[in-house]
Amino acid sequence: MSKPEKFIEDGIRLDGRKFDELRPIKFEVGVLNRADGSCYLEMGGNKVVAAVYGPREVHPRHMQKSTTAIVRYKYNMASFSVEDRKRPGPDRRSSEVSKVSRQALEPVIFVEKYPRSAIDIFVEVLQADAGTRAAGINAASVALADAGIPMKSLVSACAVGKVDDTLVLDLNKDEDNYGQADMPVAVTQNGNITLLQMDGHLTSDEFKIGLEMAKKGCADIYQMQKAALMAKFSKSAEAESNE
Amino acid sequence: MSNEIMSELRKDYIYNLAIKEERVDGRGFKDYRELVIETGIINKAEGSARVRLGKTEVVVGVKIQPGTPFPDTPDKGVIITSLELIPLASPEFESGPPREDAIELARVVDRGIRESGSIDLSKLCVEAGEKVWMVFIDVHVLDDGGNIMDAASLGAIAALLTAKLPAERYGLGTDADLPMRDVPVAVTAALIGGAIVLDPSIEEEAVAGTRMTVISNQEGALSGMQKSGTAPLTTEQMNYIVDIAIEKAKEIREKFLEI
Repeated sequence: MSKPEKFIEDGIRLDGRKFDELRPIKFEVGVLNRADGSCYLEMGGNKVVAAVYGPREVHPRHMQKSTTAIVRYKYNMASFSVEDRKRPGPDRRSSEVSKVSRQALEPVIFVEKYPRSAIDIFVEVLQADAGTRAAGINAASVALADAGIPMKSLVSACAVGKVDDTLVLDLNKDEDNYGQADMPVAVTQNGNITLLQMDGHLTSDEFKIGLEMAKKGCADIYQMQKAALMAKFSKSAEAESNE
Repeated sequence: MSNEIMSELRKDYIYNLAIKEERVDGRGFKDYRELVIETGIINKAEGSARVRLGKTEVVVGVKIQPGTPFPDTPDKGVIITSLELIPLASPEFESGPPREDAIELARVVDRGIRESGSIDLSKLCVEAGEKVWMVFIDVHVLDDGGNIMDAASLGAIAALLTAKLPAERYGLGTDADLPMRDVPVAVTAALIGGAIVLDPSIEEEAVAGTRMTVISNQEGALSGMQKSGTAPLTTEQMNYIVDIAIEKAKEIREKFLEI
């Protein structure tokens, strides 16, 4: 698709959303059998699966830390997740995404409880539609909770960006490709920022307003994450009491 | 970088100083270390710069040559930025392909140059779909004294500002300056305890919970940002960093990068 002439008409975006509206989101908790915790997430056109293994033994051994667990995060895009086939395997972009995503989640994990062990998070992007790193973090955060890893908070993420000189929440693919700015943000429950990246063009006032918009989006996502976890565990509690 | 070996006592000392609003080298929280930028140091490169920021030293070389454009931007030049943390620069660095730290640094340097539109890429088209100028920005870190991010970004823009298109060599007209239209400047802050300091030294980086890089352009707008590190930042801290970074970038631009 080429660049649309206008992204916003009468206050409505091309996909029918208002400027501060998230795309439809669906969480499913505990979708994988082998993983200790897992989560499938659809966020707009994004489809991602997150799996958590651990705390478990560290391989290679020299990576282990004597006082805390190490957290590892592998973000991977399926070759078929994008329009033009992506060459499989890690590249520079996925290395960076993995790094910032790990650092978005690490501060909420009680790593000091598991010295000499590893907590491994794997995120697989099956379908990409702008905002995959935010989707990955949202799913990974729920998967960590599903794995029973002690955490101080969930982490919720979404992007804010700029199209037609207007700030908009949760960019879709066209808004991301042809927009003027893109700023993914991740926050804890109490609004502390654990991830922030930006590229494009924003004035400092736009940045401040955008950050508040993103935080509000994250607060909504947090409620959905909590509801998804509640739904899974109340279901398994019910099943147990029926036995 | 952040896993520098330091005694716990030294770390405590730096941490406690920050709480008392002091820094180990006597700087104020918003002060940069001594900054020296020299350009044109490599004759074989189309543009080059050596940046010394305190004890950090980087050399940036810009090579420009004709190549094939990307299919989605057939009429635009290409920027490729790379950075390696070679073992010559620190006992912490190992040889081998770039790892996440180096990749992140390169990508953030690239983001500043690209997103600020500092190079007018449409003027780097020789023949649409066939031939465009490719600008390779290669950052060599020679000595890691902390805050490689800012040193590398400054080196990159300084090298670009002095770079020439080698048109004669390729029979494509006469040599000309690179079409530059903005001067993005990266400013990195570090969070130590509750204190926010600019231009962290290697010791401060080892103590810092997180670093925040803010790249702003000539008009004082933001072109790129990157939070790096695990400690969370509050909205107030984030907004404060953006404000002081824009101010500091202006100061550095006026003093060191006037064309």
